[in-house]
Amino acid sequence: METALDERQRQIHRTGQQPFELVCNQDSLAGAVSQRACVFCGSRVVLYPIADALHLVHGPIGCAVYTWDIRGALSSGPELHRLSFSTDLQELDVVFGGEKKLHAALLELIDRHQPAAAFVYATCIVGIIGDDLESVCRTVTAERGIPVIPVQSEGFKGNKRAGYTAACNAMARLIGTGDTTGIAPHSINILGDFNLAGEIWLIRDYFSRIGVQVVANVTGDGRVADLQRAHGAALNVVQCSGSTMDLAHLMEEQYGVPSIRVSYFGVEDMAQALYDVAAHFEDAEIMRRTRELVKEELTELLPKLEFYRQKLTGKKAAIYVGGSFKAFSLVKAFRLLGMTVVMVGSQTGTAEEYQELAAITDPGTIIVDDTNPLELSSFLEEKQVDILVGGVKERPIAYKLGVGFCDHNHERKEALAGFHGMLNFAREVHASVMSPVWRFTPRQGVWS
Amino acid sequence: MSKKPNYLATTNACKLCTPLGACLAFKGITGAVPYLHGSQGCATYMRRYIISHFNEPIDIASSSLSEKHAIYGGGPNLKLGLVNVTKKYRPTLIGIATTCLTETIGDDVHQFLQEYHREVKGDKPIMVRVSTPSYRGTHMEGFHDAVTAVVASLTTAEEQAPATPADTAEPATPGAEAPINLMPGLVSPADIRYLKEIFADFQLPATIIPDLSETMDGPAAQTYEKIQPGGTPINAIRAMGHSRASLEFGHGMGKHSAGMLLQERFQVPCRRLPMPMGITASDLFFAELGKLSGRPLPAKHALERGRLVDSYVDGHKYVYGKKAIVYGEEDLVVGLTTLLAEIGVFPVLCASGGKSGQLADAIATATAELLPEPPQVFEDVDFFDIAELAASLEPDLVVGHSKGYSLARRLAIPLLRVGFPIHDRLGGQRVLHLGYRGAQHLFDLVVNAMIAKKQDDSPVGYAYM
Repeated sequence: METALDERQRQIHRTGQQPFELVCNQDSLAGAVSQRACVFCGSRVVLYPIADALHLVHGPIGCAVYTWDIRGALSSGPELHRLSFSTDLQELDVVFGGEKKLHAALLELIDRHQPAAAFVYATCIVGIIGDDLESVCRTVTAERGIPVIPVQSEGFKGNKRAGYTAACNAMARLIGTGDTTGIAPHSINILGDFNLAGEIWLIRDYFSRIGVQVVANVTGDGRVADLQRAHGAALNVVQCSGSTMDLAHLMEEQYGVPSIRVSYFGVEDMAQALYDVAAHFEDAEIMRRTRELVKEELTELLPKLEFYRQKLTGKKAAIYVGGSFKAFSLVKAFRLLGMTVVMVGSQTGTAEEYQELAAITDPGTIIVDDTNPLELSSFLEEKQVDILVGGVKERPIAYKLGVGFCDHNHERKEALAGFHGMLNFAREVHASVMSPVWRFTPRQGVWS
Repeated sequence: MSKKPNYLATTNACKLCTPLGACLAFKGITGAVPYLHGSQGCATYMRRYIISHFNEPIDIASSSLSEKHAIYGGGPNLKLGLVNVTKKYRPTLIGIATTCLTETIGDDVHQFLQEYHREVKGDKPIMVRVSTPSYRGTHMEGFHDAVTAVVASLTTAEEQAPATPADTAEPATPGAEAPINLMPGLVSPADIRYLKEIFADFQLPATIIPDLSETMDGPAAQTYEKIQPGGTPINAIRAMGHSRASLEFGHGMGKHSAGMLLQERFQVPCRRLPMPMGITASDLFFAELGKLSGRPLPAKHALERGRLVDSYVDGHKYVYGKKAIVYGEEDLVVGLTTLLAEIGVFPVLCASGGKSGQLADAIATATAELLPEPPQVFEDVDFFDIAELAASLEPDLVVGHSKGYSLARRLAIPLLRVGFPIHDRLGGQRVLHLGYRGAQHLFDLVVNAMIAKKQDDSPVGYAYM
């Protein structure tokens, strides 16, 4: 395809036309205008929702200011995570080192806000000037008696995925330090849900209804003390595998906590998630309650969805998300609405995930890794897409072309997880696809 | 006057980083692609930040440096990135801004570009580079420095266009038909459109740089434009040395502005005006255009001024003595403070994350005759400082970009959204700030915000003002 650079061709696949082969998990190509961010971004998004921790970005102002109150991650209590803290390094700090400033800033902010812990994020420049974050954090831990944890998230040291690992390593320092008394045998940690628009509350309610205790939210509506005792849970239930799977592996090695992978998006995957958790505990009562819950929710949901299915059947969707695991659920969710997915891609998917996506999508579907505006816009035009699912950076590309859009990224204000989330998703898609405004756009040609 | 806050950590900054400003400025040049020499995250974060305000595509390319480049230097990736951008975007100009990473590892972009020109054959876009480490200055320094860099590179002896196509001899004194250069600073696409209209009404050809009016506020499209149409034409920039005069808004451009450069290099006289916000400052601007064109104020604008004065009278009692907090970029803060002061609002706190050292003087000068006492003015502050200072001031109104929302919400007073960014409302690119028309728009907003507040707070809910 002409729009993609030669070096990028290997990261684009069309299903059914050739044997599956897709290169991924590469550094983004210079000058290709990737939609990806950096290591810092990966760490920041994962740790961000821990609401009673201080999140101090050590570096010049940009990295902190662009992540100020950036996620719709709600808290049921403290909201320290919604503030943006920076050491705001200046030229002299860069020349003489920023450790003293970092130390003083940490003391100032800890005394002011009394957080339960502090995360200190390394940015590009910190990796170059060689500030010893570890040592400063250790000193402040001793001085203030709270965990002060460095996050090795220098922006250039890999892609967003490396940032997930750095975040997991940081959280791993908290886990195992808390008291686990009072944790029930049928207990889990929720990993990889960020409580966007209150989604984790919905999920926690489901688990409570089937009789499973949730120990720690990792990290939506997260609390430091919960993380500290998370090793006491019987099972890690991991969504969004890219971001927290490292932590699950680590907990399995160190504390013997097993894990399962789930998704809370779409009817099938949500039900499957609950059944998998129930099956894990091999408890007839939990399984019975799970069946009841699913039946109850579906009885209410399916008739409501029918209205949207009728309107949306035959419409075409494109998906471009951060991690490709979510894309599976979205493909299924669109099917449930009678829609066809004609393009699916992600910033940081793995080869196995892409292969599986190729297997479950219709022939001719475009599978793409780490795409960019020019490719994305050409896919939208070529496939005559009705709606694109993505994040803020993809939105203007769709809108400019007169294509509908659904925000499935961290800024969304609508809960899309769970059974009720499926209804919200259908409403969102319907509201965009069925809007009368498209008739005025050049693509639909009423005016031209 | 309360003590200046003196905290070490920055909480909720009232500024953005230097390269973001450079990207915005480059985006206002015809056929230009902004390019960040740094790691991938910077470009993506800035795109996201800018998109949330303009709701327009903005493609910012990046060298996407990884660890080995940080150790061995980013030259190869810079050159590869430029080749790839050229291949796919076919730009006429690539505006290269550095980042804290590449400035700190000591990448010599000038040398890399020389290598690029030696190694790469075929048609090449114009390369303009600007040094924008984010540990020095704010987005406004990045913005102004990028404008200066574009003008500086395109008006060198080799680059500049002759005054007339046939002219090969000494540049003649510019005639009446020669354009006026205008460096308006960071203003909205709506402001630029209005400025163009004003120049046209005075029959003055103008070169406005940068020009975001179409590049960041374009129409719905049939096919995706790789580079959005619009922007300051390259040939117009090349000819800026032949213009009759340069006008610059604000004081933030410093000594090394594009206007100053053109004055030194080509003796194009440069005149600095305050941002034309409110009647007093707009009068200065319109008078300057009158002088340059030799024409009286066009009837359309005279009428707009007249209506504005009429509305000031109609609305004066609703705003008199109301206390306002104003924050944002320094030049915008001066402009807003002037406007508020001239309608009878008392700005009590004027704050900026910038630190030019000139904000207090500029505000004192602009408001000397209007205010019973001068407002508190602080540079180099963040929203934690602003909130702390505001606590004892009992303000009625907050005026600035959307990042003051949490402050206004806590104080339970209206936030008047102006400038950049406006992330929690639609249409930031269409907010008009400048001239009589901008003053009219802002005046109506201020008055109605005060009326609405009184109406909402009232147990009665008046049906008339």
